[in-house]
Amino acid sequence: MNDGSGLAAAPVLALSGISKRFGAVQALTDVDFEVFPGEVVALTGDNGAGKSTLIKVIAGTHAPDAGTIRFDGAEVSINSPRQAAALGIETVYQDLALCDNLDVAANMFLGRETVKGPALLGRLSDLDMERRALEVLKRLNVTTIRNVRSPVAMLSGGQRQSVAISRAVMWNSKVVLLDEPTAALGVAQTHEVLELIKELRAQGLGVVLISHNLHDVFEVADRIAVLRLGRNVATFRRDETTPEEVVAAITGVLETTK
Amino acid sequence: MKPGADKSTTSSGADDARPVGLLGGLIRDLRQRIGSGDIGVLPVVLGLAVIWIYFQAQDSHFLTPRNLSNLALQISVSGTIAIGVVLVLLLGEIDLSFGSVAGATAAVLGVLMVQYDWPWWAAILAMLLVGTLIGTMQGVWIAILGVPSFVVTLAGLLIWLGVQLHVLGDAGTLNVFDRHITSIASTFLPAVWGWVLAGVAVCGYVGSHLVEDSQRRRAGMSGQSRPLLFMQAALIAVMLFGTVAVLNRAYGVPTAGVVLFVLVAFFNWVASRTRFGRHIYAVGGQVEAARRAGIAVARIRIYVFALSGLLAAAGGLILTSRLQAASTQSGGGTLLLEAIAAAVIGGTSLFGGRGSVWGALVGALVIGSVSNGLDLVGQPADVKYMVEGAILLLAVTVDAYSRRRLAVSGR
Ligand SMILES: Nc1ncnc2c1ncn2[C@@H]1O[C@H](COP(=O)(O)OP(=O)(O)OP(=O)(O)O)[C@@H](O)[C@H]1O
Ligand SMILES: [Mg+2]
Repeated sequence: MNDGSGLAAAPVLALSGISKRFGAVQALTDVDFEVFPGEVVALTGDNGAGKSTLIKVIAGTHAPDAGTIRFDGAEVSINSPRQAAALGIETVYQDLALCDNLDVAANMFLGRETVKGPALLGRLSDLDMERRALEVLKRLNVTTIRNVRSPVAMLSGGQRQSVAISRAVMWNSKVVLLDEPTAALGVAQTHEVLELIKELRAQGLGVVLISHNLHDVFEVADRIAVLRLGRNVATFRRDETTPEEVVAAITGVLETTK
Repeated sequence: MKPGADKSTTSSGADDARPVGLLGGLIRDLRQRIGSGDIGVLPVVLGLAVIWIYFQAQDSHFLTPRNLSNLALQISVSGTIAIGVVLVLLLGEIDLSFGSVAGATAAVLGVLMVQYDWPWWAAILAMLLVGTLIGTMQGVWIAILGVPSFVVTLAGLLIWLGVQLHVLGDAGTLNVFDRHITSIASTFLPAVWGWVLAGVAVCGYVGSHLVEDSQRRRAGMSGQSRPLLFMQAALIAVMLFGTVAVLNRAYGVPTAGVVLFVLVAFFNWVASRTRFGRHIYAVGGQVEAARRAGIAVARIRIYVFALSGLLAAAGGLILTSRLQAASTQSGGGTLLLEAIAAAVIGGTSLFGGRGSVWGALVGALVIGSVSNGLDLVGQPADVKYMVEGAILLLAVTVDAYSRRRLAVSGR
């Protein structure tokens, strides 16, 4: 697997000096954050540290009060999820990501259905969509889902998460943001999702993984960024740190700055 | 399951393409359906059989061609409206106003034709437009202002009833004898045309499925098992030709029945095969997921309520044709209950995202048979109300129960 030595020289996504305030709450203060292609960056920190807020700034849900975002080297402003998607940034939320009543293929193409004919009354090309959904799952080594016509309601939590992640990366995306993708999963299902994350890295995507679970973080991440009270505390290379050191950074015992 | 996707499709993993025998396919299909909480129309068809046997035992006139022809006419109004109910329920919303909308638009039709001498086609266009506008207004109120559909359409029920009474004014009842209007409910297809229609429908069904199936096979995806497909086609053929045969022994296939059939076929296609339909199911299934996928949720909601208004107006048209009048009573009585019952009995969930337009036809047949049978054996309105209410309650209970099962079996 990628040990960091083969990383591209330039980050695909680089944030600097990001601040965000919600009324009286300063959620983010002067935060810097980078993701390289083919890299998994874990974003950790205590509850309320600002992880989700940072993700939402990248995803176009929240506009930052200050700071710049560079994507592929060019400065961009991301004002909506649609704009983020157009750039190649996709977000997978922990819940409410899929429609239970629709099948796997329909979910993977939700909102971007392939049709023949006029836009809204166009005839769905279900066959094309199923074929492409199968291809994507195969390319990503998602072996547990063999039937793309089974309703999502019948899938396990891990399979659902795999569908959500596969959907996110099938549209030429370059950066995927995962907000606690393993939070509700058992051991085997967590493993399934972590393998998928490694596969995304192998295919050259930049992956941002929010997780409270240091075991997961140490298994897949190349770098570990720690936020505390909305500020950067430290960024570690996975190979050069220990869980103890990361915990110290999260809880504030360690007083390094990046 | 893909909405309205063929229920008999066994499986489609590329590596799952081994052929299955007829019985194996049937069993697998049934298991999948039960597992997914979608038991299909089978119990409803059985229920229909029981109802028919019961009323036939009570009164031997029940299953005569003449009465069945009458039944087809009776369900054309509630069935048409039930299509709109299905679409609204699929969204996870409810519409309680369509009885009044049907009545109000019928009043508009009557007044324009009788008091203002509008030509029939202009009056029909106007009434359909009014229905669509009413639906759109309610949709905007629900989707943009965020007021629950239950409240908006309950208010609508009163408002449009008021409009209906106001439009009719002192007249109270306006007789509409225009041949174009009355012919919808009083003319019948010549016997030959009934056969032709059934033939076209069956060929269309079989043809489109065969084409799709061979496309799947060519693409290396497993299709339906052929015997299953042919069995299904045979079943549909028997039902359609049987219906035509029976109706031809009375007066022929009623025009209103043809209208209902075409509307059901069209909206079933819209719901199951178009992007718009897919988005309706998505919004009803998990609105947040739909929104995140970039679906314009508010727009879908407004469109569906507009369609619901349009279909209510179409129901009002058929109703006017049947009664040969627009009156203060039009759209009242058990119409509201029957249309909702038709949708729910037909397998459409009140919780959104599950159901089909075809089901509404079967549901309309069930509730229509009960209504017709009770009339036939001379039961008064009080009994009718109680029985129909109980049937609606039963259907909703089954819906709630299967939803619970789904929550347990799913993930
Ligand atoms: N929309 C909002 N309005 C007001 N305050 C907010 C909003 N979103 C987040 N906050 C506040 O910003 C701070 C950071 O929240 P955030 O959700 O980013 O933390 P987090 O690191 O994701 O925490 P957790 O681990 O609990 O998910 C918290 O104090 C939170 O209350
Ligand atoms: Mg969070």
